[in-house]
Amino acid sequence: MHELGIVFHIIRSVEEVGRANQVRHIRAVALELGEVSGVVEEYLQDCWKWAAARSAMLDGAQLKVRTIPARTVCEACGEVYPTVQYGRQCPACKSEQTHLVQGNEMMIQEIEVDPESEAVPAADE
Amino acid sequence: MDEVKVLQVKQSVFAANDRQADQLRAQLKKKGIFLLNLMSSPGSGKTTTLKRTIEMLGGEFRIGVMEADIDSDVDARAIAVTGAKAIQLHTGGMCHLDAEMTRQGLEGLDADDVELAILENVGNLVCPAEFDTGAVKNAMILSVPEGHDKPLKYPLMFSVCDVVLVNKMDVMPYFDFDFDQCRAYVQMRNPNAVVIPICARTGEGMGPWIEWLRSQILAWRADDFATEKVEV
Repeated sequence: MHELGIVFHIIRSVEEVGRANQVRHIRAVALELGEVSGVVEEYLQDCWKWAAARSAMLDGAQLKVRTIPARTVCEACGEVYPTVQYGRQCPACKSEQTHLVQGNEMMIQEIEVDPESEAVPAADE
Repeated sequence: MDEVKVLQVKQSVFAANDRQADQLRAQLKKKGIFLLNLMSSPGSGKTTTLKRTIEMLGGEFRIGVMEADIDSDVDARAIAVTGAKAIQLHTGGMCHLDAEMTRQGLEGLDADDVELAILENVGNLVCPAEFDTGAVKNAMILSVPEGHDKPLKYPLMFSVCDVVLVNKMDVMPYFDFDFDQCRAYVQMRNPNAVVIPICARTGEGMGPWIEWLRSQILAWRADDFATEKVEV
């Protein structure tokens, strides 16, 4: 149920942005998900469908997921290699002094607003 | 075709929770409440360790405990026997607590006269590690039967912990548990984590843990700048 908790947090953040921009309905949310973020996209989509349907602002909204490949850098030799394939040990020099440079992201990138649903003109801007 | 308006967000899924956690820490600082987040797998001995901790520190600090579980109130009942304030939080199926749920729990605990609040998080090595609860320090318990390789399997949990208690040291002869290897694995993931072997059932090794916790509480009280970075 780990994905459901994450979906609740996404919805809370997106609704906050929506309210701040006088948005009534959102048609899609774009999310960047790292390959080793620990989130299973299939489960995330299932939870999303269930939870979005319970939000007036997000009912029927699509969750667009872009996967970010995981890359690890070796502190000993500087090699940058694919994390999923080689894990924590550098394939070039066998050092275990390595760290992840990308691949654990969970970023809400952007929100697509339903054009017809835009409320009265925003006060500012 | 109608034009779609796009709002740029570029915000981590955890950003809102992290902000709420920072605010909660700042509020707790003002009230002088030290919040400890205790995490582990189910069955590692969190409640037994807590009971021992209350026995040993209850005379020095007023202690309140929040027991988070998916269901039942057995843990809150077990803690209430010790005389400490205790409240059971039900997560309604959720596998972790976040900062907002913790804030509500503290309200329910009526924590204003509490000096040491302990959150017993849901038994789980994955999700609780991702969500900052607003705690001042994170502790986790790894019990001997779980095996010394857990830091390799659940790296995030070990990287967010300030202290790792290795519990059930009394059953070590019956398991292939290598304590030194375990400590080395923890330090690979988190060089700053303190590793303390304990046996909550017999009380063995509890001294260094109590000493660590006491020193953290006193240091936090003394440091006026610890949480000043956040405006509430």
